[in-house]
Amino acid sequence: MKDIQLENRAVTDEKTKIAANNVNVYYGDTRAIKDVNIDIKSRTVTAFIGPSGCGKSTFLRCLNRMNDTIDSCRVEGRILLDNEDIYDTKVDPVQLRAKVGMVFQKPNPFPKSIYDNVAYGPRIHGLASKKADLDGIVEDSLRKAALWDEVKDRLQAPGTGLSGGQQQRLCIARAIATSPEVLLMDEPCSALDPIATAQVEELIDGLRTNFSVVIVTHSMQQAARVSQQTAFFHLGNLVELGDTDHVFTNPTDPRTESYITGRIG
Amino acid sequence: MSVLWIFIAVLGLSLVGFFAGRTRAIASGGGDIRVLHSLPKHYGAFVSTAALLPAVIVLALWSVLSPAMINSSVASLLPTSETSADLALNDVKRIANGLDQAVAQGRISKDASYNFEGTPEEIAKQLGAVGIALGSAPDTATMDAAESYRAKAEKSRFWRGVAVLAASVFALLLALRVTDKEFRARNTVERVVKGLLILSASIAVFTTIGIVASMLFESRNFFAQYPALQFFFGTNWAPNFRGGSDLGILPLLWGTLYISFIALIFAVPIGLFAAIYMSEYAGPKLRAVAKPMIEVLAGIPTIVYGLFALVTVGPLLRDYFAQPLGFGESASSVMTAGIVMGIMLIPFVSSLSDDILNAVPQTMRDASLGLGATQSETIKQVVLPAALPGIVGAVLLAASRAIGETMIVVMGAGAAAKLSLNPFEAMTTVTVKIVSQLTGDTDFASPETLVAFALGLTLFAFTLCLNVLALYIVRKYREQYE
Repeated sequence: MKDIQLENRAVTDEKTKIAANNVNVYYGDTRAIKDVNIDIKSRTVTAFIGPSGCGKSTFLRCLNRMNDTIDSCRVEGRILLDNEDIYDTKVDPVQLRAKVGMVFQKPNPFPKSIYDNVAYGPRIHGLASKKADLDGIVEDSLRKAALWDEVKDRLQAPGTGLSGGQQQRLCIARAIATSPEVLLMDEPCSALDPIATAQVEELIDGLRTNFSVVIVTHSMQQAARVSQQTAFFHLGNLVELGDTDHVFTNPTDPRTESYITGRIG
Repeated sequence: MSVLWIFIAVLGLSLVGFFAGRTRAIASGGGDIRVLHSLPKHYGAFVSTAALLPAVIVLALWSVLSPAMINSSVASLLPTSETSADLALNDVKRIANGLDQAVAQGRISKDASYNFEGTPEEIAKQLGAVGIALGSAPDTATMDAAESYRAKAEKSRFWRGVAVLAASVFALLLALRVTDKEFRARNTVERVVKGLLILSASIAVFTTIGIVASMLFESRNFFAQYPALQFFFGTNWAPNFRGGSDLGILPLLWGTLYISFIALIFAVPIGLFAAIYMSEYAGPKLRAVAKPMIEVLAGIPTIVYGLFALVTVGPLLRDYFAQPLGFGESASSVMTAGIVMGIMLIPFVSSLSDDILNAVPQTMRDASLGLGATQSETIKQVVLPAALPGIVGAVLLAASRAIGETMIVVMGAGAAAKLSLNPFEAMTTVTVKIVSQLTGDTDFASPETLVAFALGLTLFAFTLCLNVLALYIVRKYREQYE
């Protein structure tokens, strides 16, 4: 399991970025998330693993209130970002999402140019007053997303014309252009081939120096490769949370062991 | 044998064929339907189609060809000149028809009808009794021709029945012969269905071609009598049925475009905003109620909109805008027709735009919202640009409708052709003038009536260009988001 791990997997920062207390999520009458308590540390990659339908994506979407767009969805409990309740009525979800960025399962670039895709967030939030500043942000984000060298000569070409892996890296560049504090990734590699996956994984590890990253993945190898912390979800319960090494080599819960050895899922 | 009875007989044969084909197929498989290539019902359908299709084709061909042949052979009996040949032939047919009816009503015996004795006046009287009025008493040549016509028609009817039934029976037997367990009945039936679909599609296409051809033909007649330059660039529309009229299309085109423009100015923002609200903001419950209510507007007949323009909007605009502001005294105005037409177009624009906005993938909205954009920023910067080609297409389709609208213009804007910028003045459109040039006694020979076809063709070319443009825009930008 550790064969192609990236180096340096110790958690570098012990500060809690997001704390969730007794979170329950309902879709109509169905309870999708049951009493989840979790601390997500800053400057750390946290992986959510678990079988399909276990609620890991649902929980991820609670962290930047993307579930607000689903009418039947209801969230109970407290989720604190830097000790502030993000479901407080005082919090504007729009502001929150600027701080907690998101990358989706399927690459979803806007039907605009590569440049406009990356500049979208900074323009909306007024992060750059001058054209040169904006150029700088776009270049910096594309460099961080390891896409700059491939697209620097065609920034005005449509983002939808890129390959699948490039599109996903473009989406990551777009998400980090607003300098979020937390980056949520919902199975970012599920639509990508192995080479593009490797590039994105490398990128995720690089992002750890600036952001706190939460990644949902179906691939346990991926979780082992990129994350320092792993949370295992099963049927809406958070079964186990711990250091990735520990969870994969010495799980405390029998369900976790069954899952990572491929007996349930 | 009448067509109805032939038809019933063929349908009966076809029904018999269905069961015969099915039974024969099952028998050829030794009672086990799994060894058959197709299901038993496919064999039945195959034999029944075989009984029906050739018979219908023979019937159709006979019905087209036989009257033409009879006409030409009877016409040769008549000693009339070229010009009145049609009229004389019509007389012959009327007499023949009258005699047939007289026999059917039992006024004269069948034998007597073929050797009709008596003066022409008596014949005319007899025919008048069954409701056939003749202009003048028929002469002997006409009577002979009528007798010959009746005899030939009766013979044709008899042989028609024989031929159709023979075709049906022959095809049915042939189909039964090829029916066995190896025969691919399913594929054959599907080919027949495919042929039917092709036929339906080509009827629509050929009708369009036919419409254009007939317009072109009559327009050519018009341009032979009236100079094309004067028609396309004339600024005066003053038809005069005693001749010497001015038939310039420009005032009509101006009215058409002006009214359509005002209608679109009115309909596009309202329709688009309604669509944005419906697709992006409204909850499912409100949407379920409000959307059908907007679409009710689309079901109102245009003449009712016209009444609304005539009794409500027109006087309102005159009393509160035109008169106080000194723009004019007329209740019929470009503004009235434009606004009411705009109301008519609202559901058209909103319904199409709503579908297009809903077709923008949810992932686009998620991406934008996930970056911290508000809902309205998302709509302005992501959803609308992605949907723009479709919306432009919707607007152009609405424009084609506005250009072709007649009733609202007649009742809202009046019928006076004028070149003016004042929106509170009465004007008129191409369609209204087409109607007015063709109402009443027309002979389709003077430029005053033939101009209607040239107007129609111009209008058709206009809307065609708009539709082509709409299709082009929609196609060009459609695949931007996938």
